[in-house]
Amino acid sequence: MLKCRAAWQKLAPLVRSSSTLCRKSAKQTVLKCESSFRPTQRASMSSGPPGGSSDNLLYYLLVGGTVIGGGVYAYSTLHGDKVRYQERIAEIVSRQNKELTPTELQPTEKGEGGSEKETAPPSEAPPVETEQPPLEAVESAPETVPRPEVPPHAPYLLIGGGTASFAAARSIRARDPGARVLIVSEEAELPYMRPPLSKELWFSDDPNVNETLRFKQWNGKERSIYFQPPSFYVSPQDLPYVENGGVAVLNRKKVVHMDVRENKVRLDDGSEISYEKCLIATGGSPRNLQAIERAGEEVIKRTTLFRKIEDFKSLEKISKDVKSITIIGGGFMGSELACALGRRARESGLEVNQLFPEGGNMGKVLPEYLSNWTTDKVKTEGVNVLTDSVVKSVSYQDDKLEIKLKDGRVVKTDHIVAAVGLEPNVELAKSAGLEVDSDFGGFRVNAELQARSNIWVAGDAACFYDIRLGRRRVEHHDHAVVSGRLAGENMSGANKPYWHQSMFWSDLGPDVGYEAIGIVDSSLPTVGVFAKATAKDTPKAAAEESGTGIRSENETEAVASGASESTKTPSSPQVPQQGEDYGKGVIFYLRDNVVVGIILWNVFNRMPIARKIIKDGEEHTDLNEVAKLFNIHED
Amino acid sequence: MSYCKQQGKDKIIFVTKEDHETPSSAELIAEDPNDPYEDQGLILPNGEVNWNCPCLGGMASGPCGEQFKSAFSCFHYSEEEVKGSECIEQFRTMQECMQRYPELYPQEEDEEDKQSNRNAAEGEEQPSPASS
Repeated sequence: MLKCRAAWQKLAPLVRSSSTLCRKSAKQTVLKCESSFRPTQRASMSSGPPGGSSDNLLYYLLVGGTVIGGGVYAYSTLHGDKVRYQERIAEIVSRQNKELTPTELQPTEKGEGGSEKETAPPSEAPPVETEQPPLEAVESAPETVPRPEVPPHAPYLLIGGGTASFAAARSIRARDPGARVLIVSEEAELPYMRPPLSKELWFSDDPNVNETLRFKQWNGKERSIYFQPPSFYVSPQDLPYVENGGVAVLNRKKVVHMDVRENKVRLDDGSEISYEKCLIATGGSPRNLQAIERAGEEVIKRTTLFRKIEDFKSLEKISKDVKSITIIGGGFMGSELACALGRRARESGLEVNQLFPEGGNMGKVLPEYLSNWTTDKVKTEGVNVLTDSVVKSVSYQDDKLEIKLKDGRVVKTDHIVAAVGLEPNVELAKSAGLEVDSDFGGFRVNAELQARSNIWVAGDAACFYDIRLGRRRVEHHDHAVVSGRLAGENMSGANKPYWHQSMFWSDLGPDVGYEAIGIVDSSLPTVGVFAKATAKDTPKAAAEESGTGIRSENETEAVASGASESTKTPSSPQVPQQGEDYGKGVIFYLRDNVVVGIILWNVFNRMPIARKIIKDGEEHTDLNEVAKLFNIHED
Repeated sequence: MSYCKQQGKDKIIFVTKEDHETPSSAELIAEDPNDPYEDQGLILPNGEVNWNCPCLGGMASGPCGEQFKSAFSCFHYSEEEVKGSECIEQFRTMQECMQRYPELYPQEEDEEDKQSNRNAAEGEEQPSPASS
């Protein structure tokens, strides 16, 4: 069709000129005829004198020549155009071939990612294509092609190698047969769980716990903090080729740039990975005190920001070498570490201090009376607790760290552990064009944990919409598992919102612990219903009965085995000890008369009831009646 | 006797066992077994296996995941008198795979699988367990 048009366009001027010529000639003929009738001569065409048959011959020759000339011209123009067009196409194709040849060296198992590249409009000459070939061309030998360390494409790309990422990987593999999942982690470790780093690992009898990272659960069963041993994973090089897919972990690589339009990321070593579905599970980094940051090198190198395995290893070693450790921060991690170190202190004589601005341990979580009770408990674990303490400055003098508080007190110590909160890692928001929440921090996602079309966020870094409790960001292990699993489900085709409420727990030494769910903020009005504690009401007993060391796994394992009922042996009430007013009970946190959070205080294996109450979101007039549902006097 | 005190915005109630013996008057909303939002158990409402059930651990997602899924599916849908008796091949393939990863599928789990094998097909020779 174009040919016709082009042809017509070329021919049009010719046609016009030839038609004019024809008309001219016609006029001539007419005039000639006319003139032949008129005796008088008239000034007619300037083109040659009118004549007889010789003129007609000339006329025919002229017209014929014009037509032939026009035809020749038209043909040559069209032909030239055609040749030019073909040359152009050939050039474009050859350019495409040049780009494709290096990537074609990989077998075609790339799937949709590969075809995506081939169908990309060639005229735009995407610069990305030219960046890859040099990398791969350098590595490829003429005959055999060694597989690149970083696979160029991963159908499922998970950024971050923590709990949420692993839970998502598991979910994707369960739902999408043969899925190929690539986890990119900054750390040198395979995915592991964090809670034992501040709890169980410290209570281990094994002198080599630093190396093995195995902990004995209360029931005697040992397990590693790693979710799975190395044999579970496929190597990143082999990920595109293994028959049934798998999960690969790329360690010591950081994603520094995300191109959402092209569906690809760039790592810190320059390599690029394209994806179809991406999960951001970058977690967070521990915050530090300004007083420490500006205190100089000597102070900074004697400060631990506790989060990773390497932090545990170093602190474990330090706890044997120094005489005094001070923990700054009175939240979950600070208090757990304080209790863990306090326990160690009994054998080694280590001085353990803990200081924080609140009035008691877990001051932002527990109502005041319970926070005070907890602080006393922490003190009995061997910790020197300083409440209402705000750090003014820290300095290094006489081989000791000096912490000056705003009220004038001075604490001299050898090592500091700063447990003052977590800053979500949202550096990718800029390049990816993702929204960051200003109230809670973290990437803003919807109820299905989606940030944009192919991007989900889970774990500590996700600020998500909880249908029941509103927008929030949760920094607990079980939330990482639940949200990671949900993100994995949604990445593999589901469309489920955040609905299964995650829980969290904390142990203050082996004798006291609690489980909690929902919004547990001490600024909310609370109603606490308590009974007396007996010997059976300890975290130790709870774990022994259920057979697991990680409490969030209690419920999930129960689903399969048919809910192992806890044995109901009658518990003898203990003689009430001094200060043991809050032995065990349930605390309800209320917002507009609706229960939004529940703490089970030394009461275990009742989480499903608590979850149900929060899910219902009803206004209960008498919370004592609700508390009856928990059977707090039973085991 | 229970008593209660108020500390600012926080209310504290102490209760004895007798106080809590009377049944609760608190009402809970009835559960919808087909709620699409809820986490499902091992078997989905439509009868299929929920491979993402936490109760399965990592069985469906590991290197032998596909073999496990095919063996377990066969067993699940089996209508034989001895359930799963026609699934010997799949279970054998699964076991072979698992023996290649002793770290992931420790000996005790192999024992459980062998037990289910034995239940599924009486009188059939079982392969000898791999040396631990």
